[in-house]
Amino acid sequence: MNSSQIKNKIKREEIHAKKRQDKTRRKMELRLRRRKEEAEDPFKKEERLAKNVPKTLENTREFDETIVEAEDTEVFEDETSDEFSSYFKEGISPKMLITTSKRPSKFAYEFASELIDVFPNSQFVKRGSKFSIKQIVEFCTNRSYTDVMIVNEDKKVPYAITLIHLPDGPTAYFKLSSIKLNHEIQGHGRSSCHKPELILNNFNTRLGHTIGRWLQALFPHIPEFQGRQVATFHNQRDFIFFRRHRYVFKNKEKAELQEIGPRFTLKLKWLQKGTFDKDGEYEWMFKPDLETSRRRFFL
Amino acid sequence: MSDEIVWQIINQQFCSYKVKTVTQNFCRNEYNVTGFCSRQSCPLANSQYATVREINGIIYLYKKVPERANMPAKMWERVKFSKNYTKALEQIDNELLYWPNFLIHKCKQRLTKITQYLIRMRKLRLKDRPKLVGIKKKIERREATRERKAEAAARLDKTIEKELISRLKSKAYGDMPLNVNEEVWRSVLESDKVEAEEDITSESEVEDLSEKEFVEDDSEIELEDLEDILEEHHEVYFKYGLFDFNYALYSKKNFIHRTKRRIVMLKVLKE
Repeated sequence: MNSSQIKNKIKREEIHAKKRQDKTRRKMELRLRRRKEEAEDPFKKEERLAKNVPKTLENTREFDETIVEAEDTEVFEDETSDEFSSYFKEGISPKMLITTSKRPSKFAYEFASELIDVFPNSQFVKRGSKFSIKQIVEFCTNRSYTDVMIVNEDKKVPYAITLIHLPDGPTAYFKLSSIKLNHEIQGHGRSSCHKPELILNNFNTRLGHTIGRWLQALFPHIPEFQGRQVATFHNQRDFIFFRRHRYVFKNKEKAELQEIGPRFTLKLKWLQKGTFDKDGEYEWMFKPDLETSRRRFFL
Repeated sequence: MSDEIVWQIINQQFCSYKVKTVTQNFCRNEYNVTGFCSRQSCPLANSQYATVREINGIIYLYKKVPERANMPAKMWERVKFSKNYTKALEQIDNELLYWPNFLIHKCKQRLTKITQYLIRMRKLRLKDRPKLVGIKKKIERREATRERKAEAAARLDKTIEKELISRLKSKAYGDMPLNVNEEVWRSVLESDKVEAEEDITSESEVEDLSEKEFVEDDSEIELEDLEDILEEHHEVYFKYGLFDFNYALYSKKNFIHRTKRRIVMLKVLKE
C-alpha cells in the first residue's frame, strides 16, 4: 500500500520518515562500499568518472560547422591574410585610443581609466562634442593607432564597447555588463606596469577565432613575466569574461591568484567589415531569431 | 454652391477638418495655406484658391479656379517650382497675377518655410548622427540570467589556475622563468625527470602486454603513430602563430604520457 494513502496522520508520518531513512542509509552504504572498492583499485574510480559525465550546455552544444579544428589549415591560411596579420606576421605592436560616447558621466571616465591600466600602450582622450566616430577613426589612422575603443553609455552607466581595428576594420560592438572596478573587488591587488600575459579560452568557431585573434592583438607580443600578471578572456556560452590576476606558484600543482580588476563581461552584438559605418556591411549580427536553441553558440 | 453658403456651414455648423482650441480654430485640410480656420484661408469655401505643397522633396504650387469647380478630379492645377528660390518667388508672382494679395503673400511665406526645412533635412541626413536602438527589457533580463549561469559554469579561478600550471609544466615560461620561485621550479624539473623514467617503464609494459595477449588487435593506434600525429599538430600550431594557448602550450611529452597511461589502463580493463 502506498504510504501516502494511510489515513492516520501520525502513522503516515512515521512510515514516511522510516522510508526516507532507509533510502539515505542505502545510499550511504553504497557510497562507502564504493569508496572502499575504489581505494583498492584506482582504475575503478577512473572508469566510473569517465562514464559518469553530467550533461551540460557545453557538451551538448549544437553542431556548428564553423568550429575550427586543429588541422584546419584552410582557416589558418585564411587568417594569415586577415586584418590582424600586421600584428602576428609583421610584428606591429598595438596602440589603442580609448574614448567615451558624447557627454559621458563620471562612471564612464572611471571605467575608461581602468581600461587604460589593462591595455598597455593605450591612451585616453576626452571625446568632446564635436567629432563623429568617422572623424575620430580618420585622426587615429593618421596617428598610426591600431585600435579605437569607445565606451558607450545608457542611463549614465557604461553599456557597450565599440571596438574598431585600424586601418581597415573590422568593427565590433560588444554589450558590456557586470562591471566591477578594482576598488569594488574584495581583496584586490594593485596593478603594476608590467605587460601581462594573456589567456584566451574557448574561442572555437571561425567568428570566435576572429574575436580571439583581435583580443590577443590588443596586447603586446612579449609579456613581462616578472610582473606575474595575467589577463584572461574566457568565453563561456558567448559571454566573454574578462579577469585580471596576479599569481604565485605555491608548488608545482598549485597557483594562488589575487584579483587585480576590473571585471567585466562582453557579449558580441555585431561585427562589421571595415571601419565604423552605420550603413556598412555586417559580417555577423545578433538577431533574436538566430537564437533557435539554448544550445547554440556562435563564438 | 456659393462660397458663402459653404462658409456658413463650416463656420456655424460642422467641418471635419476643423480643430477647435480655446484661443483659435485650426484647419487640418492639406490644401490649407495657413493652417487656420478662417474665411480667407479656407480651401473649401473659396472657389479661387492657391497653396504651396511639398511632395517627396519637390515643391508645387496648387491653384483652384471656379471654372473647374464642377470637376473634382481636375479641380487643382499643379505647377512645379524651380529649384532656385528667387525664381520660384517670381513664378508665384507670374502664376498668381491678379489674385488676391493675401494668397500671394501666404504662398510666398509657405514656399520660404518649405525650402528652409528641406535644406535642414538634407543637411541632417548628411551628418553622422547616432542611431537610437531600443533596449528590450525581456531580452536583457534573460541575458543577465544566462550570464550568471555561464559565469558559474566557467569556474574562472580554477580554469585560470589550471592553465597557469599547465604553462609552468610545459615550460612555456622558458628555461629560466622569472615568475617562479626557485624551489618550485626545481620540483617541476625533478618531476619531469621522474615522469620520463616512468615513461620508459610503462612503454615496456605496453610492449609486454601486446606481445602476450593483444597481437590480433590492430584497431589500436600505435604509440609511434600517435607521436607523429601529435608532432604534426604542434607544427601546425607553431607555424600559424600560437592562438589557443590551451592547445599550443600543452607539452607534447605530457600529453603523450597521459595517452600512454590511458592505453595501458584500457588494456588492463579488458583483461
